[in-house]
Amino acid sequence: MSMINYASREINCKLVYYGPGLGGKTTNLEHVYKKVSPSTRGKLISLATETERTLFFDFLPVDLGTIRGFKTRFHLYTVPGQVYYNASRKLILKGVDGVVFVADSQIDRMEANQESMQNLYDNMAEYGYDLTKMPFVIQYNKRDLPTAAPINELQAALNPGWEVTQAEKQRLSPDPYHAGEYLTSQIGSGEWIERATHFEAVAVTGEGVFDTLKAISKLVLKTLS
Amino acid sequence: MLISPTSWTLTPEDEKALRRGMERLLRESSAHCALLVDRAGQLLAQAGERPAFDATTFATLTAADFSANDQLARLLGETDFTSLCHQGERGSMLVADVARRAILVVLFDSRTTLGLVRLRLRPTVEELARIVDAMASRDAQAGAQRAILAGADDEIDRLFQ
Repeated sequence: MSMINYASREINCKLVYYGPGLGGKTTNLEHVYKKVSPSTRGKLISLATETERTLFFDFLPVDLGTIRGFKTRFHLYTVPGQVYYNASRKLILKGVDGVVFVADSQIDRMEANQESMQNLYDNMAEYGYDLTKMPFVIQYNKRDLPTAAPINELQAALNPGWEVTQAEKQRLSPDPYHAGEYLTSQIGSGEWIERATHFEAVAVTGEGVFDTLKAISKLVLKTLS
Repeated sequence: MLISPTSWTLTPEDEKALRRGMERLLRESSAHCALLVDRAGQLLAQAGERPAFDATTFATLTAADFSANDQLARLLGETDFTSLCHQGERGSMLVADVARRAILVVLFDSRTTLGLVRLRLRPTVEELARIVDAMASRDAQAGAQRAILAGADDEIDRLFQ
């Protein structure tokens, strides 16, 4: 829930990293924590099991700069990826302003990715949130592994697009992050579809982590413009 | 255009009104610190002694704790737990729901008792609930919070270059 605090001149927004277990959500936050100056970030809080699996959530507050005299503060959360922690996952989505889906690129994790994506849509719908109308990006993590599936296969399985019915939105919209690609386009059947922006990442080395964070933060701030 | 599913604004007047109610509670109950946190874990206002801990982290954990307990209440067949108490050896905290939109956290120690804090809490919660409800309905009507960065697209782009 973005909260505009005129008293402290702050805009506070909530971002949630979602995805299957062991996909790299916590690793994304750890990298941000390591790389951002301590003066612009808070503590990294992890509610995890003794084996370092996320039990409830990880949390990291980060300041991303000032716009129009307002400090922009982003609260980054991860959810537990393991299937049986759905009650916790749902709680964390409450009041979310933007979602990053961290997919595990490995071929044998395809089913887990799809289950988690379906679970995300279901949990969002239970709060009355429509993922197709709010800031949402997909990160394909673990691109360095030899077992990683090709991007087009991952896109077909996890980001096939949703139908665009409003006539004014039925126009080619270029993907700002991938030259020559489009976020909104017309497919063979004549139907217009829109896809979420995607990024490739290797969260353990930090590759793609900030690109993802910047993109989702920008989308969230643009909801206020 | 993408939209944020929920958002709200806090004006300096809102903050002052909330703080006034919380300060009265602290005076009447001899508790030493009060924090008001929204259900998503953002700190809205604080009163009394400045806490020695990181208030942002504290707010997040409080909201998560309260939400988890809400679900526990439902499993037990209750609609919710309207308040929760965590008692420590030196310090304790009482947490109460405010209009299903926020959570009031009161920190106290041996200078007072749980009974007194709880007694003074109820009228404060009602007062804060009225303020918070008014904030929410104002934002729902005005939609003003959406436009706060209107025309700032270039500035947003520059921030992320």
